[in-house]
Amino acid sequence: MGWHLIRFSTILVYLFMFLPVAVVVLLSFNANQFGSFPITGFSFRWFIELAENEAIIRAFKTSLLLGFLTAIISTTLGVLASLALVRYKVPGSNFISTLLIAPILVPEVVLAVALLLFLNFLSVHKSFFMLLMGHVIFTLPFVVLVVQARLMGIRRDVEEAAMSLGATPIQTFFQITLPLLAPAVFAGMLFAFTISFDDITGTLFWKPGGVETVPTQIFAMLRNSISPEINALGSVMIFFTVGVPLLGAAIARRIANKQSQ
Amino acid sequence: MSAVKLENIVKKFGDFTAVHPMSLDLPEGSFVTFLGPSGCGKTTTLRMIAGLLDPTDGGIYVGDRQINDVPIHKRNLGIVFQNYALFPHKTVADNVAFGLKHRNVPKEERERRVREALELVQLPHLANSYPKQLSGGQQQRIALARAIVVEPDVLLLDEPLSALDANLREDMRVELKRIQEQIGITTIFVTHDQSEALAMSDILVVMSNGRVEQVGDPKDIYTNPQSRFVADFLGTSNILEATVAEENGVAGVKTDAVGFVPLSSAQMDKLVGAANSYLVMRAEKIELLAADAPADDRLTFTGKVEAVDYQGQLVRYFVEVNGEKFQVLNMLGTDGAMKEGQTVSVRFKSEDCVAVGEDA
Repeated sequence: MGWHLIRFSTILVYLFMFLPVAVVVLLSFNANQFGSFPITGFSFRWFIELAENEAIIRAFKTSLLLGFLTAIISTTLGVLASLALVRYKVPGSNFISTLLIAPILVPEVVLAVALLLFLNFLSVHKSFFMLLMGHVIFTLPFVVLVVQARLMGIRRDVEEAAMSLGATPIQTFFQITLPLLAPAVFAGMLFAFTISFDDITGTLFWKPGGVETVPTQIFAMLRNSISPEINALGSVMIFFTVGVPLLGAAIARRIANKQSQ
Repeated sequence: MSAVKLENIVKKFGDFTAVHPMSLDLPEGSFVTFLGPSGCGKTTTLRMIAGLLDPTDGGIYVGDRQINDVPIHKRNLGIVFQNYALFPHKTVADNVAFGLKHRNVPKEERERRVREALELVQLPHLANSYPKQLSGGQQQRIALARAIVVEPDVLLLDEPLSALDANLREDMRVELKRIQEQIGITTIFVTHDQSEALAMSDILVVMSNGRVEQVGDPKDIYTNPQSRFVADFLGTSNILEATVAEENGVAGVKTDAVGFVPLSSAQMDKLVGAANSYLVMRAEKIELLAADAPADDRLTFTGKVEAVDYQGQLVRYFVEVNGEKFQVLNMLGTDGAMKEGQTVSVRFKSEDCVAVGEDA
């Protein structure tokens, strides 16, 4: 009896979580011109309209570029920060570590407003670069957390062995440390990309006029009307934000497996 | 291959001195062991030679080259680590080839030398395996092959056997010594295991608290320790407080438990100027006989067996003689071991006794 209850409530929880997503995906293939039930036929119509909507294409490109750059910058900084914190004795390393993680703990709205006020204070105008920096700030903790954990698992004596065999510290990093760190670097990059791609709160505050990312574009479109295009766009977003990490995890697992056969 | 010379090297970590001024001359081709309990400075010294730590003061020479300021990757040393430290993402062959690649050895020669090194450690069939697929002993052999394939000037071994289980450790010990003799490389071996140290070394360096206690031939150090620490650390010893004395014109020491023991002038010289004197008796140099055994020319005392610790061929006895507890290691006789509570005749030769002095 007890088990049935647990099973039943579990199913309800999952339904509550995934049904709306399923509905969006389902409706995106609906031929009806209103983005709602009943479904009148199967069609790619909204996807085609989506592909022809220049504003959305532009937003999509912006999001991809933003996500990509965020991932690269965040990962580079994150790897360097982790190396410094784990491999070297940095004064106040605990404090620095906490500071790097802090953006996760601070509510995003607070962070967003704070950065905006700070930029105003410095009389720096909003720009794509500032938006990018904002994204880097709150994707960095994820990269640092993942990379640091992996780095602690890489024994120092492996690096020492490489150096004793004639590799310079830089060669040691690229030939030994980085390949061993690869799964974490890769995972960190994906985290950074998906978080940036998904983000709306910070982006709304930071984006300069005229620049839209996919989430802010959807938000803007919702204010006017609920077009079936949004369903199609939602499906594409779901495909990206679920598919990319899944693909990434699979690749990361392959790398890790190869190393520990 | 080169001689190694340490000239007054010192290592301080803040206020703590890990290695006090230390000088050593290690001849070319010798197998040198740093032996001591953990925290004695042996690994610190090895890491300074390796270039993984900078000495606070002093000079390190390999051949006639001072290497203090040479970074580790230019020192041309082979290091074998306690936990193997193989590169997990590279095959065995790539692991061994790593040092050769960084020395720009052409591909064909590289492949030949990797093969030879793997043959030397008797694992040529594992060339394409990954480290995780190998057993601990195999990994350690590969680590050794990787270190020696580059023909380093000196081979440094940091407790290379301690991660292996007991049987394997003894096999590897023999193997390591065979390979070292075959290629004749100057080797510095760090261990806290005295049987490894005694069995393998040409030169034994016993360390304690960041200082060298004694340097020399392992057998000499075992039979003639120069300090109380060495006497206590190596083997099982009975160490009695003693005072210098003379009886019937013969020099010796006087103790509470066994009275006067005559000693050679070489032993007596060790006590000159010492604040405290001790008489050292190795546990295996004392023999227990039945109380009614016929007398011989040895020093003979009566004792009582307090505990018997049966160890196979050997039996360790704890025997009380005149209020002092002695440890005795004897072979198991044909008529069995002594019993607890038994009164026995305790015998030893004064020539087997050693004196050690200690400064205040």
